[in-house]
Amino acid sequence: MKQIKKQVRHPLDDLLRIDRIPHIWCPGCGIGTAFSSCLIAMRESGIDLEKTVMVSGIGCSGRGAGYVNLDSYHTTHGRAIPFATGMKLANPELNVVVFSGDGDLFAIGGNHFIHAARRNVDLTVVCVNNFTYGMTGGQVAATTPLKAKTTTTPVGNPDTPFNLPLLAYASGATYVARWTILHTRDLTESIEEALLNRGFSFIEVLSPCPVNYGRRNKENGIDSLKIYQERTIIRNDAQPWELDIDFDRGIVLGKFIQTERPTCTDRYDNTCRPKELIEGEKGLE
Amino acid sequence: MRPAVLTGEYFMTGDVACAEGALAAGCRFFGGYPITPATEVAEHIAGRLPEVGGTFIQMEDEIAAMASIIGASCAGVKSMTSTSGPGFSLMMENIGLAICTETPCVVVNVQRAGPSTGLPTQGAQGDMMQARWGSHGHYDIIALAPSSPQEIFYQTIDAFNLSETYRLPVLIMTDEMIGHLSERVVIPDAKKIKTVSRPRPKGRKDRFKPFEPGPNGVAPMAHAGEGYHIHVTGLTHDERGYPVMTVEAQKAMMAQLMGKIQRNLDDIIRTEAYRLEDAEVVIVSYGVSARTSLAAVDEAREQGIKAGLLRLVTVWPFPEAQIRNLAKKVKGFVTVEINLGQIHLEVERCAAGKVPSFLVGHPGGTIITPERVVEALKEFF
Ligand SMILES: Cc1ncc(C[n+]2csc(CCOP(=O)(O)OP(=O)(O)O)c2C)c(N)n1
Ligand code: SF4
Ligand SMILES: [Mg+2]
Repeated sequence: MKQIKKQVRHPLDDLLRIDRIPHIWCPGCGIGTAFSSCLIAMRESGIDLEKTVMVSGIGCSGRGAGYVNLDSYHTTHGRAIPFATGMKLANPELNVVVFSGDGDLFAIGGNHFIHAARRNVDLTVVCVNNFTYGMTGGQVAATTPLKAKTTTTPVGNPDTPFNLPLLAYASGATYVARWTILHTRDLTESIEEALLNRGFSFIEVLSPCPVNYGRRNKENGIDSLKIYQERTIIRNDAQPWELDIDFDRGIVLGKFIQTERPTCTDRYDNTCRPKELIEGEKGLE
Repeated sequence: MRPAVLTGEYFMTGDVACAEGALAAGCRFFGGYPITPATEVAEHIAGRLPEVGGTFIQMEDEIAAMASIIGASCAGVKSMTSTSGPGFSLMMENIGLAICTETPCVVVNVQRAGPSTGLPTQGAQGDMMQARWGSHGHYDIIALAPSSPQEIFYQTIDAFNLSETYRLPVLIMTDEMIGHLSERVVIPDAKKIKTVSRPRPKGRKDRFKPFEPGPNGVAPMAHAGEGYHIHVTGLTHDERGYPVMTVEAQKAMMAQLMGKIQRNLDDIIRTEAYRLEDAEVVIVSYGVSARTSLAAVDEAREQGIKAGLLRLVTVWPFPEAQIRNLAKKVKGFVTVEINLGQIHLEVERCAAGKVPSFLVGHPGGTIITPERVVEALKEFF
């Protein structure tokens, strides 16, 4: 038998829980690409990884926390953000990254998202938007395009999907971007910027779920990538209200918002803490 | 700026005493959501936490409040929330997360009459079974039931200590009457307050397994950001914290979660006996109803009924052995509680086949009077 060449180490090995590979993601799934971008960004950004935590909710995307070789918390469906909020406020030294799915963050967890953005909690939220509930077999989500077929909308989705960047912007996020898993370089750069942004940062990543979404909409994995290539336009100056998901008209990608505003912790310290306490702490530095 | 332990003598409500007890126990994070009759716990601690270096946040709902205190605890800070029935219902899923991930935290339920919105401003003890079984799946829980503002102060410290010792959420099942009752509360010197913190890991970080039990059967807890690279999940997991979807893994994890409580019942269960030595009839009660029962014992004895009281300071885990032992000696039991028979079911179960067990219950909204208990004793025995 021919000797198999010694496997080269994967460049992200040190950030992965190798003992948990193979992962659960299907062939052709985009989550792994979004996840890799996230890990590369974490490393490239220069943030202290020992102080970096990944928090996920429930779903295929929510399994992200299980594969990163850092402190990682796989919580309940929809509740990654309030869990992360408690963690960040209890120890502001932590870099807290929320990696989860569209269903998790915007249906069951939608209320938490808008409130964390409003407060400008210093979190980096990466949402893998595959337009469906992948893990439970492909039901309609708050992000499913109009007319798309899912197991619970067998003849087509009658409802309009959220424009996630607009929702994030309107709620008060200080960094907002949208990319696809085909635009890995831009995506990685964006996550890096988001990690370094003090405040609530949101990145939407369009990602194929060929098994439970694509299959029902005559779209295999390669088709999705072609769509991401041919029907997207990069417009960093686009207004948030111009970002509706409509594949016929074309999807706008880019970094739309990057602003500064005091974080939740800044405001709490300045407003609620006795002045003596804050000055006392400054004196110690 | 006031200190964390407000040593002194006060006239305060149960809700405020609860908040002060939490601060004395070392609680430094509170995630809450307003609800009558628990709001004052949050209101009081909101003003107090920032001056002792802690953080208060009013979350967008009770689901978020519960999630936030688990997150804070995982970051290494003792944390608490308070609520009443409707909010308690919303917290249930994440209480299960805290059970499964062995995350210490304290949940206070100032009970009001239900179901649903019920009687928002009027007390009851109708959530006792929800406290036991409210989250899905099988698990053990610890729940305390204070009978006065002074006691809620100490019980809150005790709740934190139990929660930290055994790494699980501990419930304080109080009620509107105690929460809104103003009484004398003495807060001792800070040095006199014993506080416990969760077991912590020692040794090599790369070999650490976050769910491997230590010598006392409880796993040491590493916090986020300490370099242990832990994974924590609500999925069935092994000692490394890794999800394992097998029947064997489920069995092993359940044995660990239940075992740490079941092996330590003697350390956890707290009851108080009043005139029990020669009692022929045992009243079992807790919280505000235990105060009713105390008066009823004296009155019944005046009238020639040899009554005694077993007050459940901890309601869960249930003092099964104690009831079984009493059942061998006495004529019967009467459970006094402001619901239509919850702890009564437990007493009945443990006394079954030996002596009869009766209920003096009430659907909620007001206390049960001692007179009613005495009347019932006369009728039953
Ligand atoms: C409270 C609760 N409701 C429902 C579920 C079932 N559930 C698991 S994952 C999921 C949807 C996940 O969708 P999304 O966040 O988009 O993740 P994806 O699998 O698509 O990556 C649902 C509904 C659950 N785990 N918990
Ligand atoms: S079901 Fe869809 S989202 Fe989930 S792993 Fe498979 S392809 Fe990915
Ligand atoms: Mg999805």
